[in-house]
Amino acid sequence: MSRLREALERGEFVVTGEVAPPLGTDLGAMLRSVETIGPVCTAINVTDNQGATLHLSSLAASLAVLDAGYEPIFQQTCRDRNRLALQSDLLAAWTLGLENVLVVTGDDPRGGDHPQAKGVFDLDSTQLIEIAEGMNQGHDMLGRDLAGSPGFYIGAAAFPEAEPWDIQLLRAQRKAAAGARFFQTQAIFDIDRFARAAADLRPSGVRLIAGILLLRSPRVIDFINERLAGLLVPDGIAGRIRSASDPAEEAVQLAIEQAVALKEIADGVHIMPLGLDEALVRIVDEAGLRR
Amino acid sequence: MIITKPRDWARIKRNLDEIGAKSVFIMGCGQCATVADTGGEKEVLQAKAALEQTGRTVTGWAVGEVACHLGGTKLEARKHVGDLDAADAVLVLACGAGVQTMADSTDKPVFPGLESVFLGNVIRHGVFEERCQMCGDCVLDATAGICPVTTCPKGLLNGPCGGMWEGMCEVLNDRECTHVRIQRRLAAQGRGTSASLPPKDFSAKLKPGSVNLRGERASKRAVRAATPKAAVPKATAPDAAAPEGADDE
Repeated sequence: MSRLREALERGEFVVTGEVAPPLGTDLGAMLRSVETIGPVCTAINVTDNQGATLHLSSLAASLAVLDAGYEPIFQQTCRDRNRLALQSDLLAAWTLGLENVLVVTGDDPRGGDHPQAKGVFDLDSTQLIEIAEGMNQGHDMLGRDLAGSPGFYIGAAAFPEAEPWDIQLLRAQRKAAAGARFFQTQAIFDIDRFARAAADLRPSGVRLIAGILLLRSPRVIDFINERLAGLLVPDGIAGRIRSASDPAEEAVQLAIEQAVALKEIADGVHIMPLGLDEALVRIVDEAGLRR
Repeated sequence: MIITKPRDWARIKRNLDEIGAKSVFIMGCGQCATVADTGGEKEVLQAKAALEQTGRTVTGWAVGEVACHLGGTKLEARKHVGDLDAADAVLVLACGAGVQTMADSTDKPVFPGLESVFLGNVIRHGVFEERCQMCGDCVLDATAGICPVTTCPKGLLNGPCGGMWEGMCEVLNDRECTHVRIQRRLAAQGRGTSASLPPKDFSAKLKPGSVNLRGERASKRAVRAATPKAAVPKATAPDAAAPEGADDE
């Protein structure tokens, strides 16, 4: 049984972290990250060709996380595979022991390292969530009985700071209706907007894990504001990091404050440490989130 | 209409060089490529001048009424049979359908002079936008007359994606998000917006497309080709504009 599901359904505040599979076959660096953040995380997301850039598959890397003794959240994007491959990989994931799946649309290939690639998008994330939920009920997307069915804990992405919120909310509600049980959000900079999302989505019976992105340097802020879709660091926060004598330390302090504030309204936090894995552990400890 | 763009001139020259073509016949199109300013009389004459600058002879040229119409293009080829006979190659300033029609209308090697890019809406003269991909499984009934398959860069049916910001598209960030536009228009029309759309039937667009309105007059082979085993063919693009006598050749 998924520990993530158990914890969230028990009402426990969870911490999730994130690792990226390598470009290559050496899992060493990823597993060192896993060993650092694993002990303080309920589960660890394993990204799927994130940013439309080539990496080893989330399926194999999630298995490696499981083998290391931690619980992975297998990520599946709709960008790189058609409905046959997506269903096939979902079935494979369950047989490998992967119980959590986060279903996302995926960034457009035009912004990645293979801009000439054909973006598949045969299905969108709402449709794939519904298919995964159907598999949990014992059938494929055509309604045919499966010989053995999974029991995935299905997650989706949500974007509390993206306006217009009414339209993002509708999308999130559709995902919940399709079968998403938990949401992991894009990085939160405005606690009030997260509170609005929580109030609007709670009636759908979903758990909300709030994103915290470690703004480790002014360069990271520039990258987010210029290159990353669907995210903008507000001036106040950007100014605080930029003017700090030690931006990395200031970013950790900011993340701790965010985690403390989110503890009151979220069901968990998803911390994206951007390579500073030890910082994730400090944030968890100093925000009083370690169990 | 079919939108075309000029093709890389170096590539055209290389095509002609590869078969050692010293003389060329140029065929334009009086329909789409004329409106798109890529294959009308003006552009055909520009291509003629450019070819002559490379030391080649242009034996003749024509701008047929509709380059993709087999009967009309064969007729045009017959009218210019002398010029065509004198040419080593034919350069066609039309879409890919026009190029292939010309290639079926002469024994000479035929080369594309344009790139075919999309089925375009004419926003105003000289401004074209892609609004329909001719997918064969129209969703415009549910999307307030705005096609997400075409105008959302990811082709999502249930958007917006996570990249939408302040109502703008993530990929083409000078454009409004298609899904925001759809929801706004549905709401303005007082239409329901809660249901998500099911996965699309991509088998409706299996290539090559074929429609035959002539029923029993079609050969068995044509009927077989038009009827894929797994899908019921939908007559989505009847060639209503085809003049009479299209198959009289």
